[in-house]
Amino acid sequence: MSIKLEHVSYIYSQETAYEKKALDDINLEIPDGQFLGIIGHTGSGKSTLIQHLNGLVRATEGTVYYNGENIYAPGYSMKQLRSRVGLVFQYPEYQLFEVDVFSDVCFGPKNLGLPKEEVERRAREALQQVGLKEKYYQKSPFELSGGQKRRAAIAGILAMQPEVLILDEPTAGLDPKGRDDILDQIARLHKERGITVVLVSHSMEDVARYVDRIIVMDQGRVRFDDTPRRVFEHYRELESIGLAAPQVTYLMQKLREKGMKVDTTATTVEEAKESILAALGAKL
Amino acid sequence: MIRDITIGQYYPADSVIHRLDPRTKLVGTMVFIVSLFLFRSFAAYAVALVFLAGVIRTSKVPFKFLVRGMKSILVLLMITVVFNLFMIQGKPLLHIWRLTVTEEGLLTAAFMAIRLSFLIIGSSVMTLTTTPNQLTDGLEKGLRPLNRLHVPVHEVAMMMSIALRFIPILLEETDKIMKAQTARGADFEEGGLIQKAKSMVPPLVPLFISAFRRANDLAMAMEARGYHGGEGRTKMRPLKYERRDHAAYLTLVVYLMAMLAAKWIFGF
Amino acid sequence: MKNIIKVENLKHEYHKYGEDGQVESVHSAVDGVDLEVQPGQFIAILGHNGSGKSTLAKHLNAILLPSSGSVFVDGKDTKDMEKIWEIRQTAGMVFQNPDNQIIGTVVDEDVAFGPENMGVPTEEIGRRVEEGLKTVGMWEYRSHSPNKLSGGQKQRVAIAGVVAMHPKCIVLDEPTAMLDPVGRQEVIAAAQRLNKEEGVTILLITHYMEEVIHADRVIVMDQGRILMQGTPREVFSQVETLKEHRLDVPQVTLLAHELKKSGVKIPEGILSIEELVEALTSL
Repeated sequence: MSIKLEHVSYIYSQETAYEKKALDDINLEIPDGQFLGIIGHTGSGKSTLIQHLNGLVRATEGTVYYNGENIYAPGYSMKQLRSRVGLVFQYPEYQLFEVDVFSDVCFGPKNLGLPKEEVERRAREALQQVGLKEKYYQKSPFELSGGQKRRAAIAGILAMQPEVLILDEPTAGLDPKGRDDILDQIARLHKERGITVVLVSHSMEDVARYVDRIIVMDQGRVRFDDTPRRVFEHYRELESIGLAAPQVTYLMQKLREKGMKVDTTATTVEEAKESILAALGAKL
Repeated sequence: MIRDITIGQYYPADSVIHRLDPRTKLVGTMVFIVSLFLFRSFAAYAVALVFLAGVIRTSKVPFKFLVRGMKSILVLLMITVVFNLFMIQGKPLLHIWRLTVTEEGLLTAAFMAIRLSFLIIGSSVMTLTTTPNQLTDGLEKGLRPLNRLHVPVHEVAMMMSIALRFIPILLEETDKIMKAQTARGADFEEGGLIQKAKSMVPPLVPLFISAFRRANDLAMAMEARGYHGGEGRTKMRPLKYERRDHAAYLTLVVYLMAMLAAKWIFGF
Repeated sequence: MKNIIKVENLKHEYHKYGEDGQVESVHSAVDGVDLEVQPGQFIAILGHNGSGKSTLAKHLNAILLPSSGSVFVDGKDTKDMEKIWEIRQTAGMVFQNPDNQIIGTVVDEDVAFGPENMGVPTEEIGRRVEEGLKTVGMWEYRSHSPNKLSGGQKQRVAIAGVVAMHPKCIVLDEPTAMLDPVGRQEVIAAAQRLNKEEGVTILLITHYMEEVIHADRVIVMDQGRILMQGTPREVFSQVETLKEHRLDVPQVTLLAHELKKSGVKIPEGILSIEELVEALTSL
């Protein structure tokens, strides 16, 4: 059970003056239950990449496999693929359209042709999963705060009960509180339900805190594909492609240069604290 | 697909045509179009062809750019031609099944095809060489006399230019919304006409909401930058007729005379 | 020194109307704020969405008018309708969404929009556009379409458009909220340069803590009121209070705080990597 990309390339506006290679020979496998982070600056191809995972964009070259099946094979149901690989777009709250939150969340499961009771059961469950209280169900999406709206939109995808959840910049434009709420809820879903999560983000700090594996995209190619610690070791290369490691990484590097025996691969505040205390303890 | 329409697109280049006053180009295009309908003769159309080719050459807009714009209206062109071909009464030339092609029909269809293609190419040349802002500036200044009739010329021009700026943004947004809903299992391809029309509601609602939100934001931003209507406004590039504009008007007169002569001498 | 901005007991209420047209509920977005800003200062205003920071910002440019209390911009009362255009020229404003504040279809035409509205003579407009675009490093893009620019570039064009109006003060209302890290740096650098080199007063509204550590003064808002204010060091030394209100603290500041809690003897309110390295290596 996995998503697998083999030699996937994608060219925008092929055979016109605006032709551009957005993806260039991508090979990767996302196993079940992984929490994967994709980072890259604007225009690095990360958004195009995730749209290949649920068949929204068709690769110009190469093949995408879901659970071993070629999704481009004739007769393969894209609709079913999209219900299994849920994709939450950037600023998803701008796509809410129903008169109330509950009906909007029902849109996805309804499109799957499920019976009404099942649709509503799923919608209720999804709204619970994102932590939206029952009193908001009948409200117009406009009456909700930015963070709540976004959670309602994410519930709209969860209600399809996907096996893989892809989120494109789920925290963009939110304040720290809204950001933490959403990321914590996603982390919980991953842990409790065991679904595969793909998180696209600009924020190195967020990525370092949650994911098992990071893929760094640059100019349509995969530049790094490893654990956060290993990836952030290459902080100089990350800088050269318009990215940066978390602040802590820089701090640890500087401390090491000054002769402190700290672990330079620490990426979170907790890891850094332990390492510094240990180093200080040895010295004192 | 929507992106293939070249009318309304700007092709940046440095040419005399680009530098002409937008009013000159507006008047020129208008005169050109009127001339196509006024002088119904192949000789006159030959003159128009030479004129148009000359303008395109000077404008430095690649020919294939213009042709691509034509593609999108090809269907419309075909329909017009076919209609004229079969519907006009007159001396029968050819019978196909129950339809009759007449000499008059053939002639009218040919005229129609030439006229329409020239018309589209001519107006494309204008929009390709004039930025939307210049165009609205030209309209605003050219139509200023209408102000006396209480027509809000400045406001209309401002609205046009804002619309032109937001069209690409809203197109992109439509694409994004439809993709997001496809990801939620929506289907915009399948089903009959009614089904398709119904499936357009979900993307249209957020699109309208977004357009209103943008309009609201934009109004606030304009106010914050001191916008209070056309009164007391100055221009960074005020429109002024230059020597090249006088030359262009002169060329236009020569063109009209050539059309007249062609029609008069050859008569068909 | 004379204040460039003076806010006295400002209150702003939003009314929600029921279906019968009667006032159903009143929500105080800003609830009694006093604020004085001296010319040339760099002020950062922090707070959650809904804390009232954006509402406050819109008062500084007379887009909103007080429900009660007063706002003076360079000595002019924003309630004085005759002075409204002068106020808007004195205090320029940059908004959050880069797409929704660019009016022109070409970069330089957009920058000219403000001066054109002010009735600046034609020759002068050209000079101002050049100056504005050069200040933000966007002069090479003057004949580009805004739609082809990155978010950070669009915001810099928006800043240039305000700079061309020669304001004494620029209010930036979450200008980086929709940008990627590179774009955020570009915009903050442009604001800092304007402050340092041109002496323009800057009020930066944001929720990114890293962006405020160079400010002269940080104001934290919560529920329409000022929760705390002071130098960045003063504000960020109160890590517990900030966390209580679920506001962010830069990673190094948080780490320093945690280390101190564990008994490491370092000062409070550490703001940069260099400071923490210095403090730790001199133990």
